[in-house]
Amino acid sequence: MAIQNSLRNPPISAKIGMVILLFFIICAVFAPVIAPYGEAESVGKTWIGSSPEFWLGTDNIGRDMLSRIIYGARMTLGVAAACTLLSFVIGVTMGLLAAVAGKTVDQVLSRFVDLMLSIPILVFALMILSMLGSSLVTLIITIGVLDSFRVFRLARSIAVNIVVTEFVEVARLRGEGLWWIMRREVLPNALPPMIAEFGLRFCFNFLFVAGLSFLGLGIQPPFADWGGMVRENGRSIAFGIPAPLWPALAIALTTISVNMIVDWILSINARPSGASAEM
Amino acid sequence: MTATILEIHGLRVENLAGNVLVDNANITLMPGEVLGLIGESGAGKSTIGLAAMGYARGGCKITQGRVVIDGVTIQDLTAEGRAQFRGRRIAYVAQSAAASFNPAHCIMDQVCEMPVHHGVRTRAEAEAWAIEMFRTLELPNPETFGARYPHQVSGGQLQRAMAIMAISARPDIVVFDEPTTALDVTTQIEVLVLIKSLIRDYKIAALYITHDLAVVAQIADRIMVLRHGKLVEMDTTARILHAPQQPYTKDLVEDRQSSDVFQERSLKSGLEVILDASHITAHYGDFRVLNDVSITVAKGETVAIVGESGSGKTSLARVMVGLTPPTSGSITFLGDALRGELKQRSREDLRKIQLIYQQPDVALNPRHTVGEIIGRPIALYFNRSKQAVRARTLELLAQVGLPADYIDRKSTALSGGQKQRICIARALAAEPSLIICDEPTSALDQLVADEILKLLQKLQDDLGLSYLVITHDLGIVRRIAHRTTVLLSGQVVASGPTGDIFKPPFHPYTEKLLQSVPELRESWLDEITAKRAK
Repeated sequence: MAIQNSLRNPPISAKIGMVILLFFIICAVFAPVIAPYGEAESVGKTWIGSSPEFWLGTDNIGRDMLSRIIYGARMTLGVAAACTLLSFVIGVTMGLLAAVAGKTVDQVLSRFVDLMLSIPILVFALMILSMLGSSLVTLIITIGVLDSFRVFRLARSIAVNIVVTEFVEVARLRGEGLWWIMRREVLPNALPPMIAEFGLRFCFNFLFVAGLSFLGLGIQPPFADWGGMVRENGRSIAFGIPAPLWPALAIALTTISVNMIVDWILSINARPSGASAEM
Repeated sequence: MTATILEIHGLRVENLAGNVLVDNANITLMPGEVLGLIGESGAGKSTIGLAAMGYARGGCKITQGRVVIDGVTIQDLTAEGRAQFRGRRIAYVAQSAAASFNPAHCIMDQVCEMPVHHGVRTRAEAEAWAIEMFRTLELPNPETFGARYPHQVSGGQLQRAMAIMAISARPDIVVFDEPTTALDVTTQIEVLVLIKSLIRDYKIAALYITHDLAVVAQIADRIMVLRHGKLVEMDTTARILHAPQQPYTKDLVEDRQSSDVFQERSLKSGLEVILDASHITAHYGDFRVLNDVSITVAKGETVAIVGESGSGKTSLARVMVGLTPPTSGSITFLGDALRGELKQRSREDLRKIQLIYQQPDVALNPRHTVGEIIGRPIALYFNRSKQAVRARTLELLAQVGLPADYIDRKSTALSGGQKQRICIARALAAEPSLIICDEPTSALDQLVADEILKLLQKLQDDLGLSYLVITHDLGIVRRIAHRTTVLLSGQVVASGPTGDIFKPPFHPYTEKLLQSVPELRESWLDEITAKRAK
């Protein structure tokens, strides 16, 4: 009951987060309709300041900054969402498998993941992307797989606590297969904390994609993306031109708003078990 | 100085959602008097016990009423003032000593903390006194007992240490909150004797909270019967036991008496033996939990396995279902050898032996509906269509006495007794030959437990099921078992028709177990202690 109430009445911070995120999602979905100019269209001189014609000015090769940010929401948010989704599909499946399938499988998977986690993720990603080249698909698969190791760790640690409960034992005694136990007995009970984690991982991946683009290995031109836009316009800051600040602001706002929503979801899940039983 | 030591007037406790947990409770307690609070879970017993200390659990609030200890209204005090009262004037003994001791400190530190803190004794005095108490209570090695940590002593010893802790600052009132519920019958008796002598020797007034009428009858001068947070009846112990006024109290007393009476179930002979486990030995690591245990169950028969915790009775159940493969011995089920490993058993083997757990709460997946829970075995074993599964589920719900509209509810929305019915329905859905019940009623209130036992018996009569019932409660055994096996430290000490087990000559351990079951007579505890002293 308490949880349903707090689901209906999120705190003000979570509401602000939702509004901002919703705004960017609308931008991403309806970019061609909303944006005043095209994504790769050169419309003016380099680095014009704010004007009624170009609200946020133009970039290093005279494209409209506002339009680029609106189109950039598509790439940046879309790629981050795809990476996170992929990493959760892999990580949760493997994590539950490790918890359910017994000691040997668990040891093999867990030690492999430990091995992978010992390599810094940014270095790893840069290595793979520079070897395979940075197409959209490689980018998503690389980040998704690398991130799934972290998801695996969490999913496994939640699942091992569920696997020892008697209702899972009942399922085993009934003769249920691994897949059923993972999907029907364990997964529904592991879901609430995983949803909160999804938000956090999304934020991380979003920053990661932006970071890779900033380094030139992420989303490739002419597609607009916020990290890349910061890099392209970075030099202008030395001349007192605010161009790189706009995409940076978009990155910051999205990160903060997702975090505010996640904080709220986490606070619901962090309630003592007695309270969550009322769900 | 008022004559009463504790007065509670018009107490009302609510939780944050506005549900009333306790309504209009009135208690007066004279010095040295013991009041028993009795009722099923959710009756508000513990809430009243805590409220007597001016305390409400997290999420609850005392919204009305006054608690007066020795003339001082405790709600009028500041937090510091209340802290002065707690421990010094009124102390609390919790149900689970294991969960109430701080595992990071040794027992002596925790026993001495209160008198030293309240300045009643110096640390040296407190230690000397505690050692003296340990000796009086026959705890092992009283000089060094205090240096141990809570996990190094047994549950019964810890509960005794907790009682010592409660009286260490010489309080006037002690609240005992189900102090023996978590203990075996044999240990329970020792703790009861201790509590009774402490109350007598130190002239302590007490609130004694329990759900077992027979236990409270040994200790209390007066009994207060509660239900749903309201007073049902309050009278002297003798009058409650022998002349209860309210129907609810009558039910409680009658039900408790019926478990004292042995209802012999006519032993069926010449029945086909369906389960024959012979010379079973099982280990956990190097530890031998079962040693050469043999047991048979015939069709339509109930066999009980009795023993205290650690006797190996649950391990035996785990061997039967395949969770703990035996290290030696063989199991024959319906004429065929049954493999020890779960993975090697066929689906048909799994179907025919079903298990019902002690805690229905954790045996049901909280994310599934009742229909999914009961329907799954039907779909898995019999491969029926969706409509057929649903029809069969409804049939099973009716069979266990639950309304049809429960099919779409989540199990979390049900009460403990209803959940256990769902567990039974799930077991029946597999159409088993044998149901193993592991303490099927020990997590339930007395009256609810009674209904579950009746249901199990009815199903046996209707469907010809066989039960293997694991329990420490001899009351259950006497009521439902045709044959009984008594386990001690993984070995069978007695086995035979229940009637014979419960008739002399007894094995000494069986006799000890039998004597330890509280009986609904006020003089029972004294008689037992007198008998044992001989």
